[in-house]
Amino acid sequence: MTENLISLFVNSVFTGNILLAYFLGMCSFIAVSKNINTAVGLGFAVVFVLSVTTPLNWLIYHFLLAPGALDWIGLPGADLSFLKFITFIAVIAAVVQAIEILIDRFSAALYAGLGVFLPLIAVNCAILGVSLFMVERNQTFMESLIFGFGSGVGWMMAIVSMAAIRLKLRYANPPEGLEGYGLTMIVAGLMAMSFMLFSGISTG
Amino acid sequence: MKKNNPILQIFLRPIWGDNPINIQMLGICSALAVTVQLKTALVMALAMTFVVSCSSFIISLMRRQIPNNIRIIVELSVISTFVIITDEFLRAYFYDTSKQLSVFVGLIITNCIVMGRAESFALSNPPHLSFIDGMGNGAGYGLVLVSVAFIRELLGSGKLFGVQVVPESLYAIGYEDAGFMLLAPAAFIIIGLMVWLQKTLTKGRGVNK
Repeated sequence: MTENLISLFVNSVFTGNILLAYFLGMCSFIAVSKNINTAVGLGFAVVFVLSVTTPLNWLIYHFLLAPGALDWIGLPGADLSFLKFITFIAVIAAVVQAIEILIDRFSAALYAGLGVFLPLIAVNCAILGVSLFMVERNQTFMESLIFGFGSGVGWMMAIVSMAAIRLKLRYANPPEGLEGYGLTMIVAGLMAMSFMLFSGISTG
Repeated sequence: MKKNNPILQIFLRPIWGDNPINIQMLGICSALAVTVQLKTALVMALAMTFVVSCSSFIISLMRRQIPNNIRIIVELSVISTFVIITDEFLRAYFYDTSKQLSVFVGLIITNCIVMGRAESFALSNPPHLSFIDGMGNGAGYGLVLVSVAFIRELLGSGKLFGVQVVPESLYAIGYEDAGFMLLAPAAFIIIGLMVWLQKTLTKGRGVNK
C-alpha cells in the first residue's frame, strides 16, 4: 500500500510529469518562466491548489456525480458524470478564490508572494487536467491526494528549472526567428527527454 | 470581393499572421498532446473550432448583460456547456477517438484560446464577427495541429490517417520509423521549429500583429 503510494508519487513527479509528459499547464509555463522568483511563487501556488482541489474533486465526484453515487439519498440510478467538467471548474475557481481571501486575511507576507498568481491558476489546464486524470484512472482517495501533490511538485520543478535555463539563455545568441518562444519550446523538448530517463526509478 | 473586407480579414488573420499557437502562444497544451495521429488531431481541431466559435457567439450576445467582476465565471460556464455537448457527441458517435483524446476534450475549457478570444474579442464585438473570429482561430489552431500530426505520424509510424504510406520496399532497404517522433519531446521540438520557420517567413513581408 505505502509502496504503491510512493511509487505513484515518484511517477507523478518524474516520469509522468504533468507538464513535460502530458503537456498540461503549458501556457503559464511559457509565459511565467522568464524570471526565477515568479516561477517559484507560481510553482508553490500550483502545488497548494492541486493538493487541495484534487482530493476535493474526488469527494465530489464519488459522492455526487459518479454513476450510482446518489444512492445515499435514494437515487440509485442517477448518473451525473457528464456534469464533471462544469463542476470541477467551478470547484477550482471557488477554491482559488477562497484561498486568496484566506491568505489575504491571515498572512500578508504569503499574500504578497502568492496573491497575484492565484487568479491565473483557475484557468491553468494542469489543475483541471489532474482532476480529470484522477477520474479517468479510477484512483482511490489516498491516491488522489498523493497524485495531486506529486503533480504539483513535478510542475513546480519543471517551471523552476526552465526559468533557470532561460536565465542562462539570455547570454546566448540564437538565430533571430528562433529567439524567445521557439527556443523555449526546443529547450522544453530537451527537458522532456531528460525527464523520460527517470522512468527507470519508478518501476524499481 | 473587396480586398479589405473586414469579415474576411477577421477570418484570415488568426490563420497565419496572428496564429493562436505559433504567434500568440495560446492553447499549446492540447496541441502537443493530441498530435501523435492525424485523426485525433483533426477531431480535436473540429471540436475546438465548434467550441470557440459558438461560445464566442453566445458570450458576445450577452456582452452587455455580463457584470464585469463575474465575467470569468460566466464565460467559463458558457464554454463548459459547449464542451459537455462536444464530449457527449464524441462519445456517442466516435467512441474510439474520444477514448484516445481522453481528458483533452475536457481541457478545451481551460484552453487559453477560448478564454482569450472571449476576453479580447467577443466582449467588445458584435455576435456575427465574434463567430467568424472564433472560426478563424479554430482554423488557425487546426492548421498547426494537423501539420504537427502529419509530421509525427508520417515519420513516427509511417502512416497517415492510420493507412500505411511508407512503402514496404523502403523498409526492406533499411528504413526505420523514428519512434522518437511519437514521444513527448518531439512535439515540443517540432512546434519550436515551426515557430522559427513562421517568424522568419513573416518578418520579411512586414506582417505583424
